[in-house]
Amino acid sequence: VFMYLLSTHKDPELFLWSRLNEFLCTLHIILHFRLSLTSSQPHTRARGVQLLSEVLQECYGDLTEREVEVLIAFYENRLKDHYVITPPVLRGLKALTKCTVLPPGSAVSMLRSLFQDVHVQSLMLAERACVYNMLINLMETREAELKGLGADFVFGFVQSMDGERDPRNLLLAFQIAKTIISRGYDLGKFTEELFEVTSCYFPIDFTPPPNDPHGITKEDLIQMLRAVLTGTPKFAEFLLPLIIEKLDSDVQSAKLDSLQTLTVCVSQYEHKDLAEFLEGLWVSIRREVFQTSSERIESACLAALTALTSCLSRSVLSSESEDCLSTFLDLVLKDCKHHLSEPDLKLVWPSAKLLQASCSASIRASHVITASVMPNIVEQYNIWSHYNLLCFPLCVFPPPLEDSVFLAYRESLCSMVFSALSESNSSLQITATSVLTSLGQQTGDIQSHMGKKSDLGHICLQSERSLSSCFSQTACLPSALMDQDNTEASEKLSHHAVRQRCLSALAAVSVHPSVVQESTPVLLEVLSSAHTGKTEVVLACRSLQRIAEQVQDTEETGRCFHEVIIPRLLGLTLQAALQGVQLPQEYEAVLSAMVPVISTSCSRLQPQSQQGSTWRQSQMVCLLMGCVCSLPPSVRIPQLDELLSELEEMSCTCTHTLSYTSAAKCFAGLINKSLQGALVLQVFNLRPCSHFVAKALLVRYHPLSTTLTDKLFSLLDNTDLGSMAADGFSLLMSDSADVLNRACHADVRIMYRQRFFSENSAKLVQGFNAAPQEKKPNYLKALSNIVNKLPKQVQVTELPALLSLLLEALSCPDGGVQLSTLSCLEPVLADPPAALIQQLEALVSRLLALTSSPAMDVRIASLRCIHALSRFPVLPFRAQVLRALARPLDDKKRLVRNEAVQARGEWYDGSC
Amino acid sequence: LVGGGAMSGGTRLENANPVIFQRSGERQLTASEEDDDVHDPIDDREIFDILSINDPEHPLSLEELNVVEQVRVKVDDAGSTVGVEFTPTIPHCSMATLIGLSIKVKLLRSLPDRFKIDVHITPGTHASEDAVNKQLADKERVAAALENSSLLEVVNQCLSTRSV
Repeated sequence: VFMYLLSTHKDPELFLWSRLNEFLCTLHIILHFRLSLTSSQPHTRARGVQLLSEVLQECYGDLTEREVEVLIAFYENRLKDHYVITPPVLRGLKALTKCTVLPPGSAVSMLRSLFQDVHVQSLMLAERACVYNMLINLMETREAELKGLGADFVFGFVQSMDGERDPRNLLLAFQIAKTIISRGYDLGKFTEELFEVTSCYFPIDFTPPPNDPHGITKEDLIQMLRAVLTGTPKFAEFLLPLIIEKLDSDVQSAKLDSLQTLTVCVSQYEHKDLAEFLEGLWVSIRREVFQTSSERIESACLAALTALTSCLSRSVLSSESEDCLSTFLDLVLKDCKHHLSEPDLKLVWPSAKLLQASCSASIRASHVITASVMPNIVEQYNIWSHYNLLCFPLCVFPPPLEDSVFLAYRESLCSMVFSALSESNSSLQITATSVLTSLGQQTGDIQSHMGKKSDLGHICLQSERSLSSCFSQTACLPSALMDQDNTEASEKLSHHAVRQRCLSALAAVSVHPSVVQESTPVLLEVLSSAHTGKTEVVLACRSLQRIAEQVQDTEETGRCFHEVIIPRLLGLTLQAALQGVQLPQEYEAVLSAMVPVISTSCSRLQPQSQQGSTWRQSQMVCLLMGCVCSLPPSVRIPQLDELLSELEEMSCTCTHTLSYTSAAKCFAGLINKSLQGALVLQVFNLRPCSHFVAKALLVRYHPLSTTLTDKLFSLLDNTDLGSMAADGFSLLMSDSADVLNRACHADVRIMYRQRFFSENSAKLVQGFNAAPQEKKPNYLKALSNIVNKLPKQVQVTELPALLSLLLEALSCPDGGVQLSTLSCLEPVLADPPAALIQQLEALVSRLLALTSSPAMDVRIASLRCIHALSRFPVLPFRAQVLRALARPLDDKKRLVRNEAVQARGEWYDGSC
Repeated sequence: LVGGGAMSGGTRLENANPVIFQRSGERQLTASEEDDDVHDPIDDREIFDILSINDPEHPLSLEELNVVEQVRVKVDDAGSTVGVEFTPTIPHCSMATLIGLSIKVKLLRSLPDRFKIDVHITPGTHASEDAVNKQLADKERVAAALENSSLLEVVNQCLSTRSV
């Protein structure tokens, strides 16, 4: 019935799917397929199998082990059938290989029949891919079973892929081959076959067609193939001759690929794999390096040589085998060494590169090569003095190298370096300097040896004078010397003599500004490091002094000295002085050593920097302030009177704001703590300083403070200074962060503000009433400054007396006065005194007027006050206020509108 | 206009356990808002912030009950129009008119006179949507409602920002 339906249905496949639920068991499907599957027409059979395979591709996960077994038997049998049936059979088998319930042994039997009955390379592209995918699937899940097949599996695979041409399938085949090698399948006697069938593609020559949809690149293939070929040392005997052969090729990419493959493969090999091919490989590599014009090939050659040497160095020798490394290095040396002594120098550089490449492979190799080459180089250098030769030692000595390697040559090396430094060839000098730098980084004897060359600094100096262009390069020398300093410091050996020479060399070198910027930090480092003794500090100071004397006089160095060195020196001195760790006589010596540094650098100031220097120095007063003003009163400050008069002088005459403010603060801080009567106050100029002084006295209830504050009050009438004097009251009433607070041990009495206020409020009101109209704002400003800082309790009790003045202040045109009056009114309004209720009408009208002030802050503050007023019995004003508040609702500033919305809401609300 | 008695009784709440939505955070203060010379236009968020008023049934703001959402507030500062759609918590909410009235009053009090204020129910969220909208749109009835002192008291109670 099913088959009838199937055959009559327009779309049998769709029909099958729709009915599949009814025939869940796949065995049933086969049963019902029997008709088509047993048809005598191969194409009909093929269609039947095709349908079955497609079903399996969808539902291989649901099959049971028993079903899989039946299906595999069926498919294996179908492989023997007509060739048109093979493609769908393979597709079905591929689906089955993905089954997790594959019965044991079925993978082996599947592959046996596959290898036996199918000739893979006569299949179409897609079917070949199908076979490879089957293998990949089975290798992933049934590794143990496949290994049970032994070498037959490898043979079957070799046969299957032999002749493959499509790059997509090749990628799959290479992947299988790589897995075979890396998972350790038994290659048996088919090692060479497997190598042959893959290596025939080497070197890869593939250009993807334009618009290639598969996106396979030549590089993909190269990498995959390389992974196969270099995967096992078993291929060594076949691969190495192949590489040697391909190195002869004219194709650049083939050479490059060969060299890269060689570099990769030797990392897997041991010396015995390489032994018989070493000579051939070396000949090819040498030829390439000597002849090639391509930099890529050259660097690939050198990398391969390094890899080769390091492979040989790594191998463990048995008692009877010869030492391949020394054999190989002998080869290298034999071919390269004589070029070093050739007069035409053509092959010197390539030879040096080859030697350097072998050297860098291992310590053993570099020992052998250095020992053999160094005498030659020294000798040749004495004859030719060519810088290529000088480069060699630099390249040869990688930093961690044991110094024993060139211990024997250090004399000659140093003399080479020094003679090179005195040459006029700039590149030679630069190279020499870098050699010197790397020598300087070596530890131990080399240092003391270099130290003995007391003319080092002299030589450096000369070389630099002779050649200004290499200044920047030579600037690295001080850092090398610094490294040396550090290693020595950590060794804690008594290398004082060496260090001294280093320091003086450093000073001698520092002529050019750029060098100075490198060298002075080193010296400062020495100065500040914890374990420097007195002599070294003094020495470092001398070096700095010498630098200050000899350096080219430019603005740049001047800045360096004045912005970095001198402040640092002062800082260090101050630190040392405050900590008091050093012995007095040591400290004296250090101090006296510092004096010439500062004096020298200051005496050489450029005119343009001199102008600025007075304030640069004078602003240091703030440091002094931080120091002396925070001392507890019990500490006696020597020469206090002198200091005070200096400070006073400075605060009155200096034009630099920070300087005179600091001086005044310092002065105030000092007199606040000094004994009563010990000071004589003179007449003050009006500067912030007088406020500081007044405050200093005020906070300790000094009797003289009244005199000063009266003076300040009287200044409110002054046309020029009145406004400034009014501002000063804010200073008088507020806490200051740096001086005159309790943390600085200042003498601050409690409630000094209240006291000041209660003593002076009457004076203020009086002064206000007496003052001419144009001076009244000064009084209002002073008043708002004072009231603002008072505690709220005091404000509330004092307000009645001042209310008329405050209301006056609200109509004062000065925005600052308005703002500070509003901000002191607002908290008072929360709990209003009776006096205020009587003045309500005046208050409301003034506040409403301020809501259209040009300043946003004032508008906001006045709206807040109006908001606060809504709690009062305000009914008489309600209509007026609500009307007036309509305007700020349309203010251009959102913050103002927010306040207006809230205030108006409250006024609507509170009035019910 | 509205059954004022429903409010004062408080014997049974219509929607005792409403879904509560998170408040949007405080508006971020920008530098231009602090600049005295820049003109800040009235925007949706500002209106929305004005409307964070209390629901008559719950001690929660209209925002938390999702009655008013910022996306349903449309303001045109230049054209001086404001449109607010509000969503009653349940479709039969008898307080819908009162809520609408409160919103309208709040806006009348908080916005400059130049604005034309339109308050209505989010379409499709209330059983007697049209009737309520009509009441809210009728200037005379709004004015009359505000003459009614007991009603005004309820409205003011809604609008009060002081703790309830």
